[in-house]
Amino acid sequence: MNTTPTGTARSAPERNAVETAEPAEVLRAEGVTVAFGRGARRKTVLHGVDLSLRQGHTVGLVGESGSGKSTLAKVIVGLVRPVSGHVALDGEDVTGPRGRAATLALRRRVQLVPQDPYASLNPRMTVGEAIAEAIDPRRGGLARHRAAVEARLAQVALDPEAADRYPAQFSGGQRQRIAIARALAVEPEVVIADEVTSALDSSVQAEVLNLLTGLRRSLSLTMLFISHDLAVVRHVSDEVAVLRHGRLVEHGPCAEVFGAPREPYTKVLLASVPGRGGSA
Amino acid sequence: MAVLDEAPPWLGFAARRLGGVLLVLTALVVITFAIVQLMPGDPARVAAGANATPDQITRMRHDLGLDRSVPAQFVDYVGNLLHGDLGRSFHTQENVADIVADRLPYTAELALLGIVVILVVAIPLGMLVAVLCQNGRRRRLDGAFTFVTGFVGSTPEYVLGTLLVYVVGIKLGWLPVAGAATVDALVLPVVAISLGPVCTIARIVRRETAVVLGQDYFRTARGRRLPARRLYLRHALPNLLTSTLTLAGLLLAGLLGGTVIAESVFAWPGLGTRVVEAITQRDLPVVQGVVLVLGSLACLINLLIDVVLGLLDPRTLSGKAAGS
Amino acid sequence: MTATRVRKRARPNAMLVTGLVGLTALFVLAVVAPWIWGDRADELGPSVHLGSSGEHWLGTDALGRDLFARTLVATRLTLELAALATAIASIAGTVLGTLIWVSGPRVRAVGLRVVDVMISYPAVILALTIAAILDPGPKACVIAIGVAGCPSFARLTANLAASVAGRDFVATARLLGVPSLRLMRRHILPNIAEPLLVLVSVSFAHSLMALSGLSFLGLGVQLPDYDWGQLLSTGLQSLYTNPAEAVGPAVAIVLAGLSAGFVGDGLAARAASTSGNSAAVKPGSRKASASAPVATGTDHSVPDDAVLVVSDLRVRRPDGTALVDGVTFHIGAAEIVGVVGESGSGKSLTAMAAARLLPGGLRAEAHALELRNPGAEPLALAAPGRDGAAVRRRLATEIGIVYQDPSASFNPALRLGGQLTETLRVHLGVSRREARERAVEQLEFVRIVDPEARLRAYPHELSGGMRQRAMIASALLTRPRLIIADEPTTALDVTVQAEVLALLRAANRRDGTAMLFISHDIGVVTDLCDRVLVMYAGRLVEELTAAELRDGHARHPYTKALLAATPRLEPDGEADGKLDAETGDGLLAAIPGRPPQPDERPAGCAFADRCAAVLPVCRDTPPPVRVLAPGRTVACHLPETGAPVPVQAGPKAGRHDAAVEAVG
Repeated sequence: MNTTPTGTARSAPERNAVETAEPAEVLRAEGVTVAFGRGARRKTVLHGVDLSLRQGHTVGLVGESGSGKSTLAKVIVGLVRPVSGHVALDGEDVTGPRGRAATLALRRRVQLVPQDPYASLNPRMTVGEAIAEAIDPRRGGLARHRAAVEARLAQVALDPEAADRYPAQFSGGQRQRIAIARALAVEPEVVIADEVTSALDSSVQAEVLNLLTGLRRSLSLTMLFISHDLAVVRHVSDEVAVLRHGRLVEHGPCAEVFGAPREPYTKVLLASVPGRGGSA
Repeated sequence: MAVLDEAPPWLGFAARRLGGVLLVLTALVVITFAIVQLMPGDPARVAAGANATPDQITRMRHDLGLDRSVPAQFVDYVGNLLHGDLGRSFHTQENVADIVADRLPYTAELALLGIVVILVVAIPLGMLVAVLCQNGRRRRLDGAFTFVTGFVGSTPEYVLGTLLVYVVGIKLGWLPVAGAATVDALVLPVVAISLGPVCTIARIVRRETAVVLGQDYFRTARGRRLPARRLYLRHALPNLLTSTLTLAGLLLAGLLGGTVIAESVFAWPGLGTRVVEAITQRDLPVVQGVVLVLGSLACLINLLIDVVLGLLDPRTLSGKAAGS
Repeated sequence: MTATRVRKRARPNAMLVTGLVGLTALFVLAVVAPWIWGDRADELGPSVHLGSSGEHWLGTDALGRDLFARTLVATRLTLELAALATAIASIAGTVLGTLIWVSGPRVRAVGLRVVDVMISYPAVILALTIAAILDPGPKACVIAIGVAGCPSFARLTANLAASVAGRDFVATARLLGVPSLRLMRRHILPNIAEPLLVLVSVSFAHSLMALSGLSFLGLGVQLPDYDWGQLLSTGLQSLYTNPAEAVGPAVAIVLAGLSAGFVGDGLAARAASTSGNSAAVKPGSRKASASAPVATGTDHSVPDDAVLVVSDLRVRRPDGTALVDGVTFHIGAAEIVGVVGESGSGKSLTAMAAARLLPGGLRAEAHALELRNPGAEPLALAAPGRDGAAVRRRLATEIGIVYQDPSASFNPALRLGGQLTETLRVHLGVSRREARERAVEQLEFVRIVDPEARLRAYPHELSGGMRQRAMIASALLTRPRLIIADEPTTALDVTVQAEVLALLRAANRRDGTAMLFISHDIGVVTDLCDRVLVMYAGRLVEELTAAELRDGHARHPYTKALLAATPRLEPDGEADGKLDAETGDGLLAAIPGRPPQPDERPAGCAFADRCAAVLPVCRDTPPPVRVLAPGRTVACHLPETGAPVPVQAGPKAGRHDAAVEAVG
């Protein structure tokens, strides 16, 4: 929301329809290769993955377990360093070595919402403290940032009183909303949502998905939405990227990929989704 | 899973364990060597006795090789060890290797019997209580078990030993309370050293059994409607043994320490009484020799436990966490 | 704040309180005893080796000194030494552990290995070594015991720090740019403090015992100073003549060790009870939930060939709360019946009750809960008490069970072959060889390559999908009449899920096995099943054919809401308008609120609070179960849900097998 699109102004001068315009590219991953382990146990998890995220767009990243989805997310937020390739934010390389302060400043521009709402909040910190810390990681405190914290909670439809309670007092869906509020408190340029609904029941999942849909619109959020659930991805995303064994096999607008998949693997994946009334 | 394509898993397992053993043995040799180097005062003076003349001390220093450089002494020390030469006692001039050979059987007898008793009593006891008290049944039994094992478990072996000596030995006069002349003299020392660990390990077994009984695979086994004995022995025992042994392994190795102390209570002619004597007399070669042997014994017990663990749980072989 | 919160939740911890009281008393004693009894303890008396008497409660020693006073006075030195040793162990150990954790991965691996080796070395022998190097005495012993305790602290610190640092909230704080000092102070330390504290108290108990032990050996405290161990050692020498001498120090050592041990156990128990997600479970409120009335008597339309008959099943907690509350249904021969619902709806408990495998403490009661077999008596599945061998054999062979998590449902310590053939061997007396042959045959059926080799493998050597297929093979081995599958595909990837569903369908075809299939995924159930039961808050709200569900003919508001809340792959596809998940603005129709807890279920319809079409009557009157057609029921007050069903072909006609078979 606070981005200053410095990127290449390729966008059409007059864009009446959002769909036809080409928004600026915010994040680009190029040739990202990741390997873990050494010697005989060395295992390459990502093979030269290219991915780009454009302003205000949501890219859904699908793939089965072990396909490297979460690793790619970690590379983008800087938790995992790629063997080769790089990630650029607004054209600025964020994977290369640099000063500590600069790394931190860059890191804050991409925020991750982790999968497990029970593990992503410190059980010994109130929700308010957690969000205040996101606003100011050095000196943040609930007393100083009360108003801002409550505004963030309101954004995810939680009461102001939630600020004084501990994570254990919330349900899974509420915790996931708190985690989203915390990520948004940083005012990031890109949000990475890693399987944020897979631990939730369907009715609760709907709440969180609706919240994300609303935020995408009101804040024109740029998001990488990772999920193994194709229907959820289809619901949330503008584009979809399919990962298989660490390789990006297909990437395109949702309608195209879901409507007319080109890759055999995408076809298999789509055909496997249950509850489609028998058509495959 | 990914290990299948590599060398057989037990190879890595054996390499890791052997590495550990070598590490411990090396450390032991260095530490026992350091006993002489680090002690304040002059070992030669101690060795030569209180009334020695300066001349005698100098000769003693030369005899012991203490006038040479530290590395040279270390090389000598290791060389002698490799020849089975542990030096001579300052006091009795006995060969330390002979002392050890003399005393080790008594200590080993006590410790190994202790381990057997502990495992044979603690595991069934813990399992039985866990099975009887599952799902919150028989709360009173559970409470009594927790209290009694907590109480006895925190009673050190020398207190237990003293109590046993008094009650069984003196008051009732059933069993001999000192020496190792007869077989029944073994009973009290073994009870004294194993009772505490029995309680502690029984509690561990009780807890681990409860964990296993709640596992999905145990539900699967219940789903096969097996007879109780087969259910618990085949489907619970191996799994709880792995986690129990992982936790209890330290206690079993620590049993050697308890043995050393208990030997004093029962005037048991093992390494423990000898080393205490040697320490108070500052008889360094004996201390060195006994510490080395006891340490190797502890290492051996650990190795045995590791091997048993490896046999019980195929996952430990591949270096994965066991029992979790 | 944390403390009050915890106190409110945790039961008063008797062990912790006892231990703390004991330790406090000892510390007070340690402070005051030398002042009060100091003189008396050193006062030489005329009567030596005196037994217990009114004047000398514990008698006197060889110099006629009062042993009760001496025991009390020795408290200070004993505790001081133990505290000192514990301090050395905890401080040095924690620092060492932190260093190990902070250093790079390679140093860490080596460091942890070294620490492991150090831990396995008996503390007393280490103490002997150190006592031999230094002069025997309290200083040597304290250092020795302290050093011996170091590795445990180092290992615990390193492991805890690693596990806490690996948790998501620390990673997130890092991403937020929280400075490392603040990260340590606010995120890591508060979360590892408790286990460290447990270890401190345990280590205090151990130090006290070990130090007293060394004094007992004569290597620790030297005369004229004395601690409990020293007193005990002196007492032992005169055990024949005056046993009272040993009593005081022995009791003192045990009490001190016990108190510290209790504190440790109590702290550990408290940590275990608060670290869990216990807040979600509300205490108390034993309001016995008004049970829904039975769909009276008429076992509506149970066909003669029914395999499983469930009538008015209730599953209760020990306090009487019904988790499953009056569920009635049946499964016909060769029929696949699905149960859908969200977590807490009671669907898995229903399945486990039908399998006679309820988790401990829960009990099932039912008007009827039986497995029917044309050739034999119906097998009662809710009968209380133990099963005889014959009943067990029928349960084991007539019901096959497929569990949710294939990676946890096989015993990791046993080879697959033994586990698969166990039922055949134990219950049917099949020979080892024949059992293996049959197992191979079933493994081939579930398309496992090289089945002979797999039988020799351990479960962890198989992939998740393969394990679940092996589980299905295991369930099929006895050719059961009924298969109960509890969320068998939840832990699997979509493509593997499709394979597993195809296998279940194939097994149903081949053997005519009836199936009870539990899932939270309405799509999966629609694909596989003939008939679907929708559960909410422990009750059955709707029963309908899969075809009706697929075509959008659900009646109950909850079923409809659930469908509307589920995103679909083709939002604007050819699906029926009513079923369309999208409400036009790109939002899903979320269901407000949450299901009620089992002990807070209302007297009326449990869904009333979340229902968009709620009527006043819904809140206090249980909804009637209306039978619209055979296999078509709905439990709702809304008049329109009771409208006649348009005449359809029988329940099996709407079945679409294509979806499942397309993938196989």
